[in-house]
Amino acid sequence: MASLVGSRVERKEDTRFLQGKGRYTADINIANQTYAVFVRSPHARAKIKSVDTSKALKSSGVVGVLTGKEIAEDKIGGLIAGWAIRSEDGSEMKVPANPPLAKDVANFVGEPIAVVFAETLDEAKEGAEKVKVDYKVLKAVVDPAEAMKSDAIHDGVDKNLCYDWLLGDRKAVDEAFAKADKIIKVDLINNRLVPNAMEPRACVVDYNTASEEITLYTTSQNPHLSRLVMSAFGGVAPENKLRVVAPDVGGGFGSKINVYNEEIVCSWASKKIERPIKWVAERTESFLTDTHGRDHVTHAELAVTNDGKFLGFKNETIANLGAYARVFGTVTPTYLFGPCATGVYVIPAAYSNVKAVYTNTAPVDAYRGAGRPEATYTIERLVEKAAMELGMDKTEIRMKNFPTQFPFKQTLVHTVDSGDYVAGLEKAKQMADYAGFEARRKKSEANGKLRGIGVSSYFEACGIAPSAAVMSLGCGVGLWESAEVRFNPTGQISVFTGAHSHGQSHDTTFAQIAADEMGVPIENIDIVHGDTDKGTFGMGTYGSRSLTVGGIAIVNACKKIIAKGKRVAAKMLEVNEDEIEFKDGEFVALKSNKKKTIGEVAFACYLPGQRDEMKSPIPEGDEPGLIESAFYDPPNFSFPAGSHICEVEIDPDTGNVKVEKYTAVDDFGRIVNPMIVEGQVHGGIAQGIGQALHENTQYDETGQLMTASYMDYTMPRADNFPEFNLGFTCTHATSNPLGVKGCGEAGAIASPPTVMNAVIDALGGQEISMPATAEKVWKACKSIKKSNAKAA
Amino acid sequence: MKSFNYHAPKDVKDASKLASSSSAFLAGGMTTIPSMKLGLASYKDVIDIKNIKKLSGIKVSGKTVTVGATTKHVEVATSKDVKKAIPALAKLAGNIGDAQVRNRGTIGGSISNNDPSACYPSACMALNAVIHTNKRKIDAEKFFTGMFETALKSGELVEAVEFQIPEKADYQKHPNPASRYAIIGVFVAKHKKDVNVAVTGAKSCVYIDKDLSKKLSSNFSVSAIEGTEVKSSGMNSDMHASAEYRANLVSLYAKKAVEAC
Ligand SMILES: Cc1cc2nc3c(=O)[nH]c(=O)nc-3n(C[C@H](O)[C@H](O)[C@H](O)COP(=O)(O)OP(=O)(O)OC[C@H]3O[C@@H](n4cnc5c(N)ncnc54)[C@H](O)[C@@H]3O)c2cc1C
Repeated sequence: MASLVGSRVERKEDTRFLQGKGRYTADINIANQTYAVFVRSPHARAKIKSVDTSKALKSSGVVGVLTGKEIAEDKIGGLIAGWAIRSEDGSEMKVPANPPLAKDVANFVGEPIAVVFAETLDEAKEGAEKVKVDYKVLKAVVDPAEAMKSDAIHDGVDKNLCYDWLLGDRKAVDEAFAKADKIIKVDLINNRLVPNAMEPRACVVDYNTASEEITLYTTSQNPHLSRLVMSAFGGVAPENKLRVVAPDVGGGFGSKINVYNEEIVCSWASKKIERPIKWVAERTESFLTDTHGRDHVTHAELAVTNDGKFLGFKNETIANLGAYARVFGTVTPTYLFGPCATGVYVIPAAYSNVKAVYTNTAPVDAYRGAGRPEATYTIERLVEKAAMELGMDKTEIRMKNFPTQFPFKQTLVHTVDSGDYVAGLEKAKQMADYAGFEARRKKSEANGKLRGIGVSSYFEACGIAPSAAVMSLGCGVGLWESAEVRFNPTGQISVFTGAHSHGQSHDTTFAQIAADEMGVPIENIDIVHGDTDKGTFGMGTYGSRSLTVGGIAIVNACKKIIAKGKRVAAKMLEVNEDEIEFKDGEFVALKSNKKKTIGEVAFACYLPGQRDEMKSPIPEGDEPGLIESAFYDPPNFSFPAGSHICEVEIDPDTGNVKVEKYTAVDDFGRIVNPMIVEGQVHGGIAQGIGQALHENTQYDETGQLMTASYMDYTMPRADNFPEFNLGFTCTHATSNPLGVKGCGEAGAIASPPTVMNAVIDALGGQEISMPATAEKVWKACKSIKKSNAKAA
Repeated sequence: MKSFNYHAPKDVKDASKLASSSSAFLAGGMTTIPSMKLGLASYKDVIDIKNIKKLSGIKVSGKTVTVGATTKHVEVATSKDVKKAIPALAKLAGNIGDAQVRNRGTIGGSISNNDPSACYPSACMALNAVIHTNKRKIDAEKFFTGMFETALKSGELVEAVEFQIPEKADYQKHPNPASRYAIIGVFVAKHKKDVNVAVTGAKSCVYIDKDLSKKLSSNFSVSAIEGTEVKSSGMNSDMHASAEYRANLVSLYAKKAVEAC
């Protein structure tokens, strides 16, 4: 039987998605449901003096109004930070309480203060308008670079500082810098991004008065984790009385990892008002309250020798957490960032120091790449600048500092199991016609345009990951994954996974894996996810972990099915177990060549007997049925890597930047479905180009989000991109039996520095910050013209 | 969105009668509906004018092109007649917003709304358009009176826009990357006697750049306006573009437009 792993199997989920038959949270309606509308703070920072709900309660159709007072009285817990990070001085991070409904202070525009439930959405909106909140507006802290010098916004959080974290060895770095011929320096802003999942957040809650069970349908990337947090920290319901269902989810990018205020509030309130509740975010609410991404201010330095060897690296970063620390908020700028900041290079000495600060802006958390795009941007800007200042070729300087031995003990934390960085960059150069660039540049020049080329080589640590490792670094949970394979008597198979698909195509890739493992047609397999009542448990999908962790759990569960199947087949065929070979869905007795298909074996497992004969196919010590589960905890992260090359052309008159060519060569180990992987890379690159050129989240000095709609926030569109030129190299991961590495975030990690390096190359080295909007580039072009005129 | 009474009259008279200080005409709805949804506007009566047959359609005579008020942008963009008579007008319509907006948005809605960064007002100004309403005819230069303001009175309905066919014309636009409205739009039209350079996006309301128009009237070539400084004073400065950048774009796109004529 031909292997499905490695082939371009069409996406099973497309049948429903492309026909508009997906079933998202907002598609779910429950009889007798009420509609929730939240009253949100219009101020970035304000004392809440009083909340008057009397008029709202009398408003037509209003069923109930709840505020921070009631939720505090009911002792419902707040939102949590999932990772405890320690400062360099050994002190624990400072985390303010984050109640689901703010009672005393509001800390960002959009923070929920109260909620109104009504018979119709319109009535709920009317009611919400009638809730009168008396605020005392306070001066907001907006700029992360200024946060440590501003008023403390949370009691007990001095200087608005959550932690001052260090990874690495300052002394060793100082020594390395003392030996350097040259120090390359960059000051960078990693711009804040709004995730903009196509489907806004939503929840539908149904409280069952008979069983006292709460069912929460929600837009989550990790329903089991949500249940755990809501039960353990929120105290909303015991874990066995809370069912969390994340049905089809239209994109997450990290913004749907968190358990949000609305989910906690509606779950708690459904029990209180004994009515189902539906809440669907409007787009403005998404802009204001989904966790945002990035937002770093970085100063970094690279110590180099004149011949381009890297000696040392330092990174001083201020990371904006926004108003509160959320689930991955504190780890994103530390362990997901610092270790990767030395990039794909051998750098003997390095440190990363990160100060995470609170501001009166939307909370910042993991967003596609989470920490690794920021890390890659830092090192790849430095490396490119080093090449420029040393007069070296951009690719040569990289090759010179790549490790050539694997496993590669990376400077700060990771031991990278496999890779071939030279092969990746060589292939990218060839595919991008790197050698022909000068001719293309001249041609552009003749047309009055500036052409630039940029390179970035990246690796990232994903597939998060080993529980012992992440828990030692402060993670509140272990990041294993589980799977269960239920082989039904009729041969149909349900595969349960704790991973969650919100664009990752698990219905297809996981089915490919299971079909190969068990030698059954892919049509017989149904991948089931997203329901805590169906699957055992799971940690969900983020950090490019679904395949490398969840996929392996499926493989292991399948292997258990085959192992049991072998024992049963041996008994049925009356041979010893070691005489049975399993191949292409059949258990074959090697000597006699008699066989039983896996379907026959499964049938026998459920109907273990036969007419007129007292005979069981189930061996002694085994049980009937054919269901196996596996929990998989990987021994290491997975380390995809690659090199991307971008060419841009700038019109100096307008400052317009056109991405002319984009080449990406990635090493994702073994590829299960090339079509799906290409799709993931396309999406990632598109988001990265968005960050580099378009997406410009702006708060004004009072903390109002200026870019809170698509009229003002530039999402990249298809006409902003050239056709992407994708290539792959392959070194198998040694840390998992499939040899796979994560691919979901790589595009977004590698592309911002690739594009910016090209823009800066076109500008003759003139630094410019992301996003490189037309006006910024135009100004840079003007200043180049001026200085050229002076020089002449 | 607050609830409202929806009317769909069959003729202009009824539409006009229904209008009051708390009503809005609904054409493409591309502006009206979002502003109602966001709570920026609310109306007691919404008067849908799309069923009024005589408001839609394109007519070309020897000297003019007349576009009915509810004619959609996509219809203007793809009309063979417009492409032949005033290709620049078809080009303008074809670059408005995005496909969804072009499939619903109308010329009447666009000029009645008079968004400072809308495209059509510049065409009206440069092509000496006459705005036909149910009450009177208004010259374009008198029609656009200020930011989101027009000479229209309560109950007055735009029926059609009559454009003068120029010898040559072109429209150049620097789109806002987010909304794709014009950060700057420059419409250059060369008529028999004179040249009009109309600018949108730059200030609170569309205007004719007199200096550029005069120079091009006496010599219709790029060299005539080469080096002409467009002043940034009075120009919009916002998070999308500074006044200085806008001024640069006006002179740049004026030249591009002349070149393309
Ligand atoms: C995302 C987006 C991008 C856009 N980009 C551009 C662009 O690039 N260039 C551009 O020019 N425009 C742009 N627009 C505007 C769009 O093209 C429409 O022209 C505009 O939104 C209004 O037209 P409408 O037909 O939808 O009017 P409506 O929204 O229905 O009405 C707008 C206003 O005009 C009034 N009105 C409508 N018709 C008449 C009439 N016949 N007589 C009197 N009053 C009337 C209504 O009462 C209302 O106050 C964009 C809009 C959006 C949403």
